[in-house]
Amino acid sequence: MLLETQLHSVHRTAGAKMVDFGGWDMPLHYGSQIEEHHAVRRDAGMFDVSHMLPIDLEGADARAFLRYALANNVDKLATPGKALYSCLLKPDGGVLDDLIVYFLSEKDFRIVVNAATAEKDVAWFKGLAAERASESTLRPRRDLAMIAVQGPHARERVWQALPGSRAVTEALKPFTATQLGEHFIARTGYTGEDGFEITLPGTQAAALWRALVNAGVRPCGLGARDTLRLEAGMNLYGQDMTERETPLESGLAWTVDLASPRDFVGKSALAAKPTRQQVGLILAEKGGVLRSHQVVHSNAGEGEITSGTFSPTLSESIGLARVPLGVAPGDVLKVDIRGKPLPARVVKPPFVRNGKRLV
Amino acid sequence: MNVPSNLRYTESHEWIRTETDGSLTIGITDHAQEALGDLVFIELPAVGRKLKAGEACAVVESVKAASDVYAPVAGEVIAANGEIVDAPEKVNADAYANWLYRLKPADGATPAKLLDAAAYTKLVSEA
Repeated sequence: MLLETQLHSVHRTAGAKMVDFGGWDMPLHYGSQIEEHHAVRRDAGMFDVSHMLPIDLEGADARAFLRYALANNVDKLATPGKALYSCLLKPDGGVLDDLIVYFLSEKDFRIVVNAATAEKDVAWFKGLAAERASESTLRPRRDLAMIAVQGPHARERVWQALPGSRAVTEALKPFTATQLGEHFIARTGYTGEDGFEITLPGTQAAALWRALVNAGVRPCGLGARDTLRLEAGMNLYGQDMTERETPLESGLAWTVDLASPRDFVGKSALAAKPTRQQVGLILAEKGGVLRSHQVVHSNAGEGEITSGTFSPTLSESIGLARVPLGVAPGDVLKVDIRGKPLPARVVKPPFVRNGKRLV
Repeated sequence: MNVPSNLRYTESHEWIRTETDGSLTIGITDHAQEALGDLVFIELPAVGRKLKAGEACAVVESVKAASDVYAPVAGEVIAANGEIVDAPEKVNADAYANWLYRLKPADGATPAKLLDAAAYTKLVSEA
């Protein structure tokens, strides 16, 4: 039995093609994945991301607990509303999940985690809280829905659809959030475009969704979300990072704070220099599409594609790969695609940001 | 679902039309394009290539997945539709107008186990 978000019947009514995504029955597309992709790059599109789980962490020692639990340093969060992207690591440095943590007040942080890993994460946080004798409490918020509105015109469409939102978000900086009544509005996303992620009571989700449709925002499925995030060079948990690799091997060194003296779970495992790195690839010849698990050959040794797709913006096939150190942008590697070795050019992600090609 | 009654079908979701000269025109069904989603890459067999019955001879690939296309009968490829190689989305727009390749069956070869429209409709509605 698949789980359903509060917007499930809205998707069904709209004729969405539904798929099992981490145990959730979610829209893959509403007709054309590629047109939905272009809508986000050129105008405004929205995604139901209610399968992701907000967890509220409340208590006097909430910051101290997160300082130890997360690989990135919550001390970077100085002003209320500020968000931080971080990995949650195991003691051996493997990635349990990636998440965003919002600083609301010294006693109140909100953590948003992936759908398929949500239960594992809650259990992990609880175990860690017991071990650290933390006084903070964890409150998983399955009562909330989340709608991501993304694209160059996303913000003005939200202002049109949600009364009062303009006044509180017009000056909102990227990677910060604010509260509007029961709506929590963050200027974040997973597409490489401007926009908001709006967290709200599940009972109000369908009404906001309809208001956004009326304001001209195109419903988009998880298919477009995947091609958009890959063009933006963003990792997908379970593919580009897993419990088997450290963040340093998945292009996430920038999210790990090794500079401060604080201790955190997994820190000691990150002392050794990694032997593998993440790179971006662009297929240099027609002949197929890069896909996860394809083998990559370089002079420095073999690697593997972790995510691959056809990029609607570039009209080329792009991918992320984990390859040995020594591979550098500009190199041409060979990728095994259905038994044929095809050339692929190494680039530094992202491929696309704010509608523009970067590679 | 669009399943024209003048065509024959395979269980692997190809459609086949027998031309007046006995050659076969082969494409993928509307159900197949729908299931794959937006097509972004198509590879077709070279003209002159000899195929065995059931041999994988073409590839249709969407944003989501790649799928092989099989020869319904042994024979020789006599034409390939280059137009769809440059514009795979045409197959999404009309899977029956935009054929993949044409095959001249080998002497005495007859396609095994082709379905008529009713049988194919039943197959995909039960899937």
